[in-house]
Amino acid sequence: MKRFSIRLVIILVVVIAAIVYCIPTFQPEIWPHRKINLGLDLQGGMHLVLEVNTDKVVENAIERYSQELRDLVRKNQIQSLQVERPGPYKIAVKIQGKENIAKFKELLEKELRDLRLSNRSEDAESYSVGLDLPDKESDHIKKLAVDQALETIRNRIDQFGVSEPDIRRQGDTRILIQLPGIQDTQRAKDLIGRTALLEFKLVDEAHDLNAALQGSVPAGSELLYKVDEDPATKRVTRTPFLVKKNALLTGASLTDARVALDSQYGEPYVSIEFDKKGARTFERVTGENVGKRLAIVLDNKVYSAPTIQEKIAGGKARITGRFSTDEARDLAIILRAGALPAPVTVLEERTVGPSLGADSIRSGLISILVGGLLVIIFMAVYYKWSGLLADFEVLLDLLLIGAGLAAFGATLTLPGLAGVILTIGMAVDNNVLIYERIREELRLGKTPRGAVDAGFDRATTTIMDANITTLISAVVLFQFGTGPIKGFAVTLSIGVIASMFTAIVVSRLVFNYFLDVRKIKRVSI
Amino acid sequence: MEFIKPGINLDFVGKRKIAYSISGALILISILALFVKGPRYGIDFAGGSLVQVKFAAPVEIAKIKDGLRSVEIENATVQSVGDRRENEYLIRTDAADVSAKEFTPALDKALEAAAGVKVDIRRVEMVGPQVGTDLREKALLAIFFSLIFIAIYISGRFEFKWIQSGIVAVALGGAVYAIHTMGFSLAILVWAALLVTLVLFWILGLKYALGAIVALIHDVTITVGVFTILEKEFTLTVIAALLTIIGYSLNDTIIVYDRIRENIKKLSKTPIGAVINRSVNETLSRTILTAGTVFVVLVSLFFLGGDIIHDFAFALLVGVVVGTYSSIYVASPIVLTWEERAKKK
Repeated sequence: MKRFSIRLVIILVVVIAAIVYCIPTFQPEIWPHRKINLGLDLQGGMHLVLEVNTDKVVENAIERYSQELRDLVRKNQIQSLQVERPGPYKIAVKIQGKENIAKFKELLEKELRDLRLSNRSEDAESYSVGLDLPDKESDHIKKLAVDQALETIRNRIDQFGVSEPDIRRQGDTRILIQLPGIQDTQRAKDLIGRTALLEFKLVDEAHDLNAALQGSVPAGSELLYKVDEDPATKRVTRTPFLVKKNALLTGASLTDARVALDSQYGEPYVSIEFDKKGARTFERVTGENVGKRLAIVLDNKVYSAPTIQEKIAGGKARITGRFSTDEARDLAIILRAGALPAPVTVLEERTVGPSLGADSIRSGLISILVGGLLVIIFMAVYYKWSGLLADFEVLLDLLLIGAGLAAFGATLTLPGLAGVILTIGMAVDNNVLIYERIREELRLGKTPRGAVDAGFDRATTTIMDANITTLISAVVLFQFGTGPIKGFAVTLSIGVIASMFTAIVVSRLVFNYFLDVRKIKRVSI
Repeated sequence: MEFIKPGINLDFVGKRKIAYSISGALILISILALFVKGPRYGIDFAGGSLVQVKFAAPVEIAKIKDGLRSVEIENATVQSVGDRRENEYLIRTDAADVSAKEFTPALDKALEAAAGVKVDIRRVEMVGPQVGTDLREKALLAIFFSLIFIAIYISGRFEFKWIQSGIVAVALGGAVYAIHTMGFSLAILVWAALLVTLVLFWILGLKYALGAIVALIHDVTITVGVFTILEKEFTLTVIAALLTIIGYSLNDTIIVYDRIRENIKKLSKTPIGAVINRSVNETLSRTILTAGTVFVVLVSLFFLGGDIIHDFAFALLVGVVVGTYSSIYVASPIVLTWEERAKKK
C-alpha cells in the first residue's frame, strides 16, 4: 500500500506541474509563464545566415598600413621609395640610396613593428621588402570583425524593434539571425546587410572631372557616384564626383543620428552628431576648407556634396537625399548602430509568411487529430478497458509534451508537430508491449495479479532498451540538426520519455488499484 | 480481439535464404539507382532557391515562367502544390541569388505583370552552395554517428561486452581518422566506417549488434533507394525521417532480441534456430500491432499534414514497412547465420 501511495504522489506532482506549464500557452492571463515557442516555420518569420567577408577586413587593414606608410615616408622625407600593392594582403617597398635605406629601416623598427617582413633583398644601393600581417594578427583581426559585426547587427535589430530575435555566431565567420513574425523581410534584410560606412571626403576640385571620367583618375582621388531615383518617373540618374580618397571623418565619430523634417520642404533628413573629437575635427576641417565642397559618402555612394559656407562648430551635420520616412528612419538606425567592419553576404535565407505558417499549424493539428482518433479507437476495441487506459495515457503524453516544450523553452516546429504524431503511434507501442505480455502470461494460466506483475516486469526492460535507442538518434539529430529538425528531435525525445513514464508508472498504478482495491477477478485486456 | 492467434508458429527463420535474396536484390537495386540515377538533392543540399507563391486566381504555369524569364530566371521548375483551387505554386531554381536585395519585390512585380492577378509570396528559401555542402556533410555525419552510437550501445547492452564495444569504438575512431587524413570524401568515409564496423562485429562475435546494424543499413538503403527511384528530393526533413527510421527499426529489432535472450536462458536444450524462430513468433503480434498504429498515424500525416511535411511522412511510411520486414526476416536470422558459421569452425 505504501508503494502505491508514493507512486500516486509522484504521478500527481508530474500531472499538476504539466498543467501549470501548459496553461500559459492557451490562457496567458491566468498566470504568466513561458508559452510554447513556435518555430519560424509555424509562426512565420525570417531565418538568415550571413557570412562576414573577413578577408576584406584584412585587406582594409593592409590598405590602412600602406596609407600610413606613405604618410610616414613623406613626413620623414625619405626619397626614391616606391610603395606597391602586389596583392590584396601585401605591400611591397623598393628603395634606392644608402641614406634612404637606413632611414626606412629605422622607420620599420620604430613605427611599423606589427608588420611581417618577407622576400627581403638588399645590395649596396637598393633594398626591397614585402610587408604583410602575421597570421596570428590577421586571425585576430578577423575574429574581432565577426564579433563586431554580430554586435552591430544586434544593435540594429534591437533598434528596429523585432520581438525575440535570435542572433548568434555560427562557426568562425557566420552569423545566424532569426526574426520571428517579421513582415517586411526586404526592409529587414537591407537594414541588416548594409555595411553603412559613412565617410566625409573633400571633393577634388583641383583636377578635371571629365578627364577622370575618361580614365585618368589622379592619384589620391577616386570617382564616386550620386544615385537618385525620381519617385514619380522611377528614372535613375547617376552623377559622378571626383573626391579625395582620404576620409576626413567617418561614422565611427558619431554619437547620435536621428530623423528630422526639413522645415522648408517637409522632406525627412538624418541629423547626426559627432563626439568631442569628431566635432573638433569637423570644426577644423570646415574651417580650413571654406568655399570647397564636402561629400557625404555612405558605402561608396555620394549622398550630398554641399559647399562649406563657414566653419561649423558644435559637431552637428545633416544627411539629405530624397528619403522616404522609412528610409530615413532605417538610415538613422544604421548610423547609430555603427558600420559593419566588413561586407556581409547572405548564405542562406528561409522566409515563411504568416499565412503559410497558420496553414501548417492547421493541417498539422488536423492530422494529429485524425491519426490520434484512429489509434484511440483501435486501442479501445482491441484491448477493451485496458485499451481505454492506454488512450488516456496518450492524452496524458500530449499534455506532458506540451509541458516539456514550455518548461525547457523548446521550440515547436512543423517537423516537431510530426514528431508529436509519431509519438502517438509509438506511445501505444509501450502499452502494446505490456498488454501482449500480460495476455501471454494469462494464457499460461497465471492469476490476474501474477500475470500483471510478470507482464510489467518483463516488458519494462524491453521498453527501456527499445526507447533508449530512439533517444540516441534523437540526441544525434539535435546535435547536427538546424532549427526545424532540432524541434523534431526535442518533441520526439520528450514524447519518448513521457510515454515511458505513462506506460510503466501510470498504467501500473491503475492496474494495481483495480487488482488490490477493487479486487477485480478478470482483467479486461 | 486478436489478430495473431496465440501459439502461432510460422517458419520465418527457415525462409531466411529467400528473405536474404529479396533483401539483397532490393539493396542492389537501391545502390544501382543511387549510382546510375543519382539522388535528387533538394536545395538544402544542392544549393539554389525555392519560392512558394499563391495567386488570387488560376494562372497557367507557362505565364509564371514568362514572368520568371523577365527577371532572368531561365531554367526554373514550376509546380502546383496543394489543392488545385488554392492556385499555389512552387518555383525552384538553381540560382542562389533570389534572396539578393531588391529581388523579391522585382519578382513580385514580374509575376503579377505576367499573370495579371495579385500574387502573395508565401515562402522563400535560398541556400548558397557553400551552405549546401556543409549541410550535406552534417547530414551524413548525423546518420553515421547515430549508427555508431547505437551499435556500441547494443553490443554493450545485449552481450555485456562493453570492453569489446570499447575496442570497436577505438578501432573505428582510428580507421575513420586514418581514412580522413588520406583525404577521401565524407561519403566514402561513412561507407568505409560502416564496413569496418560490420567486420569488427563479425570478428569480435558481437552477433546481435551485427544483426541490428545490418538491418539498419538495409532499411536506410532501401528507403533511400525508393526515394531515388521515385525521384523524390532529399531535404533536411527527409534526413530527419531517415534518422527516425533508424530509431524505429532498432526499436523493433531490440524487442525481438530481448525475447531471444530471454528464451535462450529458458530453453537451453532447444536448438538455437528454433529458439530464434519462436521468439520472432511470440513478438509477432506486438510487431504487427505497433507497425499498424504507427502506419495509421503516418498515413494521416501523409494525406492531411500539408505538402511541406509530405516527403517526410512518405520516407517514414517506407521506413516503417521495410523496418518491420527487416526486424522479422533480417535482423534475427543474421544472429542464426552467425551462430551456424561459428559452430562450423
